[in-house]
Amino acid sequence: MRTPLPIARILRVKALLLPVFAAALLAGLAWGSGGGGPGALWRSIAGLPLEDPVLADIFWKIRLPRVLLAALTGAVLSLGGLVFQALLRNPLAEPYILGISGGAAIGAILGILAGLPRFPWGSLAAFAGAMGTVGLLALFSSWRTGLGKDALLLSGVMINAFCGAVILFLISVTSDVRLFNILSWLMGDLSLAAMEQVALLAAVTAVSAAALFFLSHGMNLILLGRDTALSLGVRLEALTWALLAVTSLMVGVSVSLCGLLGFVGLVMPHLMRLLFGPDHRVLVPACVLGGGAYMIFCDLLARILPRQGEMPVGVVTALIGAPAFIFLLRRAAR
Amino acid sequence: MNPAAIAVQEVSFAYEEAAVLEGISFRVEEGDYFVIIGPNGSGKTTLLKLLCGLLKPRAGTIRLFGAPLSRRRRKALARLAALVPQAASAEAPFRVEEFVLLGRAPHQGLLGLETPEDLAIAREAMAFTGTAHLASRRLDRLSGGERQRVLIARAVCQRPRILLLDEPTAYLDLAHQAQIMDLMEALRAERGVTVVLVSHDVNLAAMYASRMLLLAAGRILAAGPPGEVIAKGPLEAAYGCPLAVETTPGGVPRVSLVPNGRRPAGRPPPGVREVRP
Repeated sequence: MRTPLPIARILRVKALLLPVFAAALLAGLAWGSGGGGPGALWRSIAGLPLEDPVLADIFWKIRLPRVLLAALTGAVLSLGGLVFQALLRNPLAEPYILGISGGAAIGAILGILAGLPRFPWGSLAAFAGAMGTVGLLALFSSWRTGLGKDALLLSGVMINAFCGAVILFLISVTSDVRLFNILSWLMGDLSLAAMEQVALLAAVTAVSAAALFFLSHGMNLILLGRDTALSLGVRLEALTWALLAVTSLMVGVSVSLCGLLGFVGLVMPHLMRLLFGPDHRVLVPACVLGGGAYMIFCDLLARILPRQGEMPVGVVTALIGAPAFIFLLRRAAR
Repeated sequence: MNPAAIAVQEVSFAYEEAAVLEGISFRVEEGDYFVIIGPNGSGKTTLLKLLCGLLKPRAGTIRLFGAPLSRRRRKALARLAALVPQAASAEAPFRVEEFVLLGRAPHQGLLGLETPEDLAIAREAMAFTGTAHLASRRLDRLSGGERQRVLIARAVCQRPRILLLDEPTAYLDLAHQAQIMDLMEALRAERGVTVVLVSHDVNLAAMYASRMLLLAAGRILAAGPPGEVIAKGPLEAAYGCPLAVETTPGGVPRVSLVPNGRRPAGRPPPGVREVRP
């Protein structure tokens, strides 16, 4: 057996996934409730006149931001799952596991109840909530000696459960139209995408993905267990906090812009690991491209499946994600 | 005189309030096959963790090749001393070759980009430990004996001058135990690696060790060549049960438990109260 050197493996994975990503991007632009199709999209890209001039606006002003936001969110959530699965050495870990989702939801719901406009104030409230739980988490884990993986996991899960109770309370005391806004946020919503949001998330994603790539070999070493990692010269505390900080930040931004999209961060890292092996230097770029493509695909389904209107994309990711995860677990166990 | 591979001076350690080691001092010379024995909870594993910087002593100093351990950077330390932890969790679905290659981490940059030389060192470590044929197998699919040799291959690939192992023969059958101990002897004799291992198997240790250390309740009860450490007095004091020590025809001391049947009639074993009707 020959192990190709990592650079070669990274390039090979990129060469495999880039066409998939590009295809998803084009499909996401071409289809949707406003019509279009690949032919019209091609004419629009090539600068040829369209039968229906409104289509150009649909392609580039409505669908493009939405498709890009989906791709970025998919990338962020997949990366988040990848990091937390390594950090907590738990295959069930996902980007929301430590309470980022719960905190963000409380922030978002309070924003909606206060009647704040969704962007930027509602997003800021959600982001503040997400960071609030991360802060609590840091506080709780500093009470313990060291940073045991289970101490972190248990504190996070409990913070999330408490947030869940607060969310239910807030919902139970809301009865007007704001209830619909709350539920659509909780189910994940990409329909209000605008270019400012895309630009913000793109910047955060680019920086975070680059940082995670540089920490990716550290994630490989974390998988060997605390003692072995330390004895191989890993500065475990620093690495753990760096991974937590980067991931919380990018997931917090993503959640605050798009709401809660479940299962993406659970399914994609497992799928990529099954396809490309456990090396995080390969998995980081694979999750960016694969997660992005997958979310575009889910959003496309959410837009074209219902006869009228659209489904929340979070419903699609969960409907596909749960069975897919069980299937992946069976495959990985073999 | 050359500085000792490991010089431990008046080292104490405690988890929270419970003292584990109290004022321990000993030396391990370069090229020693050094085995630490002692009952459960005597501080063996803690001592091993102190020796590779996983824990910091509350008091005292540890020097590796003359330089205080606390002054070395973690990565520099990892180039000097490798650890094979107890029942190492090897659940990650790495293939054996990928896993062994991770041993190069202390010699690499942040991204751990392997050079052809790293790959050659990993292959050589696998050949040395007899695991080359397992290269493309998954780590979590190996038998206990294979896995232990792969864990050692990972540490050998680290090219340390000191190799620390925590109960590397636990859960292995007799032949595999001897295989691991032989491997350590080869590492010592052929490469001059100083081997320090913790073992529960006193007799196996006595067959291989050049020097031994007997720990009990965080203190050293005996230290020196196996002939001095494997003696009735210190061993009974350490383990708190009656023991018989004999010398095999090869000159290796052997310990065995004294079975209850051989106890003089009418005397209960220590710690057991006689019950009279």
